[in-house]
Amino acid sequence: MVKSTTKDAQDLFHSLRSTYVATPTNLKIIDLYVCFAVFTALIQVAYMALVGSFPFNSFLSGVLSCIGTAVLAVCLRIQVNKENKEFKDLAPERAFADFVLCNLVLHLVIINFLG
Amino acid sequence: MAALESPQPAATATAMRHAFGNVLSVLILVLIGVLAFSIRLFSVIKYESVIHEFDPYFNYRVTQFLSKNGIYEFWNWFDDRTWYPLGRVIGGTVYPGLTLTAGTIWWVLNSLNIPLSVETVCVFTAPVFSAFASWATYLLTKEVKGSGAGLAAAVLLAMVPSYISRSVAGSYDNEAVAIFALIFTFYLYIKTLNTGSLFYATLNALAYFYMVCSWGGYTFIINLIPMHVLLCIVTGRYSPRLYIAYAPLVVLGTLLAALVPVVGFNAVLTSEHFASFLVFIIIHVVALVYYIKGILTPKMFKVAVTLVVSIGMVVCFIVVAILVALVASSPTGGWSGRSLSLLDPTYASKYIPIIASVSEHQPPTWPSYFMDINVLAFLVPAGIIACFSPLSDSSSFVVLYIVMSVYFSGVMVRLMLVLAPAACIMSGIALSQAFDVFTGSIKYQLGGSSKSTDDAEDTSNAPKDDASAGKTDKGEEIVKERSSKKGKKKEREPADKPSVKSKAKKKALVLPLETSVVALLLLIMLGAFYVIHCVWAAAEAYSAPSIVLTSQSRDGLHVFDDFRESYAWLSHNTDVDDKVASWWDYGYQTTAMANRTVIVDNNTWNNTHIATVGTAMSSPEKAAWEIFNSLDVKYVLVVFGGLIGYPSDDINKFLWMVRIGGGVFPHIKEADYLRDGQYRIDSEATPTMLNCLMYKLSYYRFVETDGKAYDRVRRTEIGKKHFKLTHFEEVFTSHHWMVRIYKLKPAKNRIRGRAKKLKSKTTSSGWSSKSAKKNPWV
Repeated sequence: MVKSTTKDAQDLFHSLRSTYVATPTNLKIIDLYVCFAVFTALIQVAYMALVGSFPFNSFLSGVLSCIGTAVLAVCLRIQVNKENKEFKDLAPERAFADFVLCNLVLHLVIINFLG
Repeated sequence: MAALESPQPAATATAMRHAFGNVLSVLILVLIGVLAFSIRLFSVIKYESVIHEFDPYFNYRVTQFLSKNGIYEFWNWFDDRTWYPLGRVIGGTVYPGLTLTAGTIWWVLNSLNIPLSVETVCVFTAPVFSAFASWATYLLTKEVKGSGAGLAAAVLLAMVPSYISRSVAGSYDNEAVAIFALIFTFYLYIKTLNTGSLFYATLNALAYFYMVCSWGGYTFIINLIPMHVLLCIVTGRYSPRLYIAYAPLVVLGTLLAALVPVVGFNAVLTSEHFASFLVFIIIHVVALVYYIKGILTPKMFKVAVTLVVSIGMVVCFIVVAILVALVASSPTGGWSGRSLSLLDPTYASKYIPIIASVSEHQPPTWPSYFMDINVLAFLVPAGIIACFSPLSDSSSFVVLYIVMSVYFSGVMVRLMLVLAPAACIMSGIALSQAFDVFTGSIKYQLGGSSKSTDDAEDTSNAPKDDASAGKTDKGEEIVKERSSKKGKKKEREPADKPSVKSKAKKKALVLPLETSVVALLLLIMLGAFYVIHCVWAAAEAYSAPSIVLTSQSRDGLHVFDDFRESYAWLSHNTDVDDKVASWWDYGYQTTAMANRTVIVDNNTWNNTHIATVGTAMSSPEKAAWEIFNSLDVKYVLVVFGGLIGYPSDDINKFLWMVRIGGGVFPHIKEADYLRDGQYRIDSEATPTMLNCLMYKLSYYRFVETDGKAYDRVRRTEIGKKHFKLTHFEEVFTSHHWMVRIYKLKPAKNRIRGRAKKLKSKTTSSGWSSKSAKKNPWV
């Protein structure tokens, strides 16, 4: 039972890996960016746990900026992905422009809130 | 376009029709805006351009400060003329949206050399924004069902009495701009959901920011949208567009909400926002699941699911346990008092008498639904059914919106205002669909032949086979809806949608000609009744400024301008630094119009301070004098309606003074003031009641008016008619005795005669409300 579960887990891992390797490079770059952003957010949370949460607005703006840009990158990935039928007539340049605009607004707010 | 015999003329004909329809829509929208603006002007015509009620006076004062001193001073303003001696941090406790909007409009107009005063701008802000709100309703309903429904919904919202009641010219309150912000935010959310564009998601977040700036009711948005997302996920309508519509809104929205000082860190710490975070996590999990499902084979996916579910359940359980422990550790479960009183309608009356005492916070009665949304109450269910006929993301949203708003409007009558746009949208959809069916039937009957296979009459947009058919159908739908606007334009060239090929599978839903005509006429009459009611409600019921009262009698119109008379007296006959004590209702007006420092005002943020004033009003003269003297009060203001029959005076509010005061100071016992469970001021009243300050200040010298001291509100002669005031002196009574102002007599320099005997006499005699305890104020 356990053996089959481990074998299943390995099979799963392999199939996930093989499918992921097949995705286009630009999507993989976006994924890397998302992972980086989330990782930065986790580091900030760990730091906050160590030294306390004052000033809270700085902590909040730091974490939310990381999470925000990660979310926006995921949205960009959704819109740029060729396999998404819903977005096939959306030019990738337009998607990127929207991404930049939203990030601009996000970081404007962050800088204001950073304190 | 469709496969036509002669493409050229027919195509231009369709294009012409579209252009004509667009122009007509714009014209109708302009007219709707003018209608929305002008129906709110009754109070300006009947009375004058004046700010109404109580809360608007505070907003007006803040706007005056903003226009005089600029935005930095406003942001950092500490107001020391209210809640004396505590003061109030205006910058951090006010929702700045309204004042900033009006201030900006005033500044722009003045820089264009249009010299409107601040008061004029404030008075007319609400009608202007109600015109914007109707246009926003048009946009929102157009996204849900099409432009015909949009126009119907817009015209309904322009006139709905519930919205008029809070946005007449002069009602300068938060809701004036907040309802526009609410509808506009919902429109942008639906637009993002329908198009999946990140640009609209950004705009959505900014509109949400404007809503947070404007009104405490923004929590409705930040709970309704997650609920809708959850509903979509649960009913299997998850799509990438849903993710794009929701996830950026949460992050950006929380940040923007935290920017507003009055919300601050509550945006992440209070339970009102937890729903959005929870659904944020859920949508990420769902998105991940869909992604993995997409890249794995079904067999492997099943394996993944079993593996993940077992591990995930454990982790989830731990996290949820931690969360529950955290939330349960706070006494209210993290919710604020106001939100709790919404969720549990009995909460306020048990724990927070101040919230329970505000008349706007009572549950509405059944007639008030008919008064406030009139005919829409019947059309809403039809609209709900029409929303299901093809159920899309946007129509499920409006259905959820109306259900939630009906629940909340049932809890608090003030929230009928949130119900109004939802009811208008639903009714607009229902009306538009009804007109569709009837005009289509008429057209079919008159058009005769079976050529046009009348999917036009088909009220449900049945799934189209091919794209071209779909496009033609859409064009036809648009033409039909445009042609169904209020039954006009029936002479639209009949559907030369020839060969509209493999249309709907469903057979035509055609009604007989006479039925359709009669039904159309009845619908138009329904609309006429609605219009008549709305205009009547606006003119008679909701246009009273309540700072000026009028009454019709045999000898003509009487105008009671006592409030402004007394505030003017105060501002001319007292020192700038004098403190005025009154019940909290009149605080805003006193600071704005009389420009004097008050002890408590309508913000009601400090229950103990209000209880102090309440205790003073319920205590006998000497104790009250002590309390007021400790607060540096110079004048006491009392509103009395007994001479003219004005029912909202302080004696009628007295029970709240006793309750709130008794809630904090236990020596005030409500039972001392009740005879047989009732508050009475006639000869049957309790001695405590007859000796309390409120009774004395209201009825001092009242017997001189008609010799019998008959109180027209309580409809009885008062109990104690002849008495003198020992610690107060009357300085002003307004023309109709509505406002009475008393001055505290200064403390005596020396106590005449035997001081020791006097002191022991006062401590032992003690009025029944005052125990032998030492006065806590000395």
